[in-house]
Amino acid sequence: MKNLRHATALAAIACAGMAQAQTELSLWYHGAGSANAEEALVNQVVADFNASQSDWKVVLETFPQLAYNDAVGAAALADELPDILDVDGPVMPNWAWAGYMQPLGIDEAKLEGFLPGTIGRWNGEIYSVGLWDAAVAMMARRSVLEENGIRIPTLEEPWTREEFDGVLQTLKDTGEFDYPLDLGMAWKGEWYPYAFSPFLQSFGGDIVDRDGYQTAEGVLNGDAAIEFGEWWQGLFENDMAPGTSQDAADRETGFLEGKYALSWNGNWAALPVVEKFGDDALFLPAPDFGEGPVIGGASWQFGIAKTSEHPEGARAFIEFAIQPKYLSAFSDGTGLIPSTADAAADTANYNAGGALEVFYELSENQAKLRPVTPGYIVQAKVFEKALADIANGADVIDTLDAAVDEINEDIENNQGYGH
Amino acid sequence: MAAVKADNHGMRLASRYAVLILVAIIFVFPLLFMVMSSLKPSAQLLLDTKSLRAFLPVGDLSFQNYTDAFARAPIGVFVFNSVLVTGITVLLCLFVCSLAAFAFVFIDWGGKAVIFSVLLATLIIPYETIFIPLLLMVSQLPWIGADGFELGWLNTYRVQIAPFIADALSIFLFVQFFKDLPKELIEASRVEGASWWSIYRRVVMPLSGPVIATAAILKFLFMYNQYLWPLMVVQEEAIRPVMVGLGYFTDQLNVPWGEVMAYLTIITVPVLGFYLSLQRVFISSVASTGVKG
Repeated sequence: MKNLRHATALAAIACAGMAQAQTELSLWYHGAGSANAEEALVNQVVADFNASQSDWKVVLETFPQLAYNDAVGAAALADELPDILDVDGPVMPNWAWAGYMQPLGIDEAKLEGFLPGTIGRWNGEIYSVGLWDAAVAMMARRSVLEENGIRIPTLEEPWTREEFDGVLQTLKDTGEFDYPLDLGMAWKGEWYPYAFSPFLQSFGGDIVDRDGYQTAEGVLNGDAAIEFGEWWQGLFENDMAPGTSQDAADRETGFLEGKYALSWNGNWAALPVVEKFGDDALFLPAPDFGEGPVIGGASWQFGIAKTSEHPEGARAFIEFAIQPKYLSAFSDGTGLIPSTADAAADTANYNAGGALEVFYELSENQAKLRPVTPGYIVQAKVFEKALADIANGADVIDTLDAAVDEINEDIENNQGYGH
Repeated sequence: MAAVKADNHGMRLASRYAVLILVAIIFVFPLLFMVMSSLKPSAQLLLDTKSLRAFLPVGDLSFQNYTDAFARAPIGVFVFNSVLVTGITVLLCLFVCSLAAFAFVFIDWGGKAVIFSVLLATLIIPYETIFIPLLLMVSQLPWIGADGFELGWLNTYRVQIAPFIADALSIFLFVQFFKDLPKELIEASRVEGASWWSIYRRVVMPLSGPVIATAAILKFLFMYNQYLWPLMVVQEEAIRPVMVGLGYFTDQLNVPWGEVMAYLTIITVPVLGFYLSLQRVFISSVASTGVKG
């Protein structure tokens, strides 16, 4: 009995010693209040990591997404950044350039097979890696397309511009829908550059010239961009799609209720479509407007703060988090696309024959990163405003020229953003 | 003749009431919309905004939004934090600002006119413009607490309180009110040997109910609605205030409007309670100082 007491005491001391030996690492996450399983999954990964080894103890602090970037900016000013932070893919170059983050230092071999959109690179180094990606598709109903004699496009043979315009006109002429196409204009902010800049890129333009990222001249106001702008404006002038005043409720349920024939929407909105329409649901690739079909890539990713005193611990956590079982778990919990094919095979929706398998293929084949430049956070807002103005009837050339001026001025004010 | 006069009086009364009812509707309808919307599913809520149904308890009503809102965010913690921070700041503000105003009005000291002018000039500087230098300052301030000496005030209640205790508007309100108090009272107290502290505590403050209510309400609203400052200086959920908590109900694309309305209804209760409790004195103060609430 005495020996048992001694053993228990020694075990308790050993446990206490182990707990004390663990160095605390702070982790900031943007998902506070998220209605899905995301926050619970992050908590699970943290708990598993803390229990798996005796060197590090990750302490999670969650923030509402609305406030997250501002909170990180303020913390950087006050020199109070955490060890590990999560960052939205297109924002990462800005934080790396501003000195908020340091290179991840992970062996690239460990990221082999990851979707391109899940790896954040800046100046030739990897700064962040994501457990998932997102993809946008043209949601449709097989029965509607077939009834109207419309070809169902494939990854290999997407709709051309002429074909797509014809599809919209055909669907409009049926008179069965409020609008043939729902672009999600009710959603603001990052949705615009994420969902609509791929159209511009498919026309041959872009938000900024990726050759050096020093100007938007010629790409955001060149011939291709003007052609895109006129096409874009025509969608609203010809009542092909609801404009910026679209009711938010219609965006949520309009396609399900049959108000729209097509809906340009993300994989996060796909499961209700499958539930509602079953085998009739289609997730189609982006149309090819001349320079190949394009969709946006990159979602939230983990990185290490520049000021972290324990980058090796932060790295250990991130390497732990990107295990296939967690990639699968996040996908099953949130509906997002797992970062690797191996993980996809173990998910409920993205496995071979799964309801959302097509989104993995879309992400793999069509995804293009938004401009990888610190200036993107400004360029995205300029682009959003330009597209909203054009949709509301502003002169296409004047609007694009003004957007170019604003972007170029910002690049100049920031001495080229370190490119 | 008397009948005509009675008719005119009746007409005037009716038109006065009509205007008052119209104004009341304008002020009450947003609150009514918020409460009614908090009882409806998001989709119905948005559809109802196209008609008067938005203000009526019709359709599929339930407290589900409240249940969901409480599941989404620690609302009790946020409300407690806001009430605590706001309450302490209001009390300290009333004390510090009234003392400052007392010194400006009743005590003669060199340079007070210049200092008061400088103080008033700060009214035109928005708080937001000084937040970044203030952030850098508070992140380096020393403190001796239960854990001994530490550097930096971030992630504390005090960092949400201290920068807002003294403000020019509150001092100005107290000064304006104190100026209208009968000087004879102060002089008589001095002649009878009362100290400045006694005069402040026993003579001036007991007569200052209206301005105390006004300053308290304005400060309460300012503090309770704080968003940017706590967002910058507080990273721990346990000490977040209500306005930052509102962010829990939005992500990049979707807003659960029913839950948002439920949350807003909950966090409006302390504000309404505070305002209603001081309403009568506030109105009389507004009438006497000409300050708009």
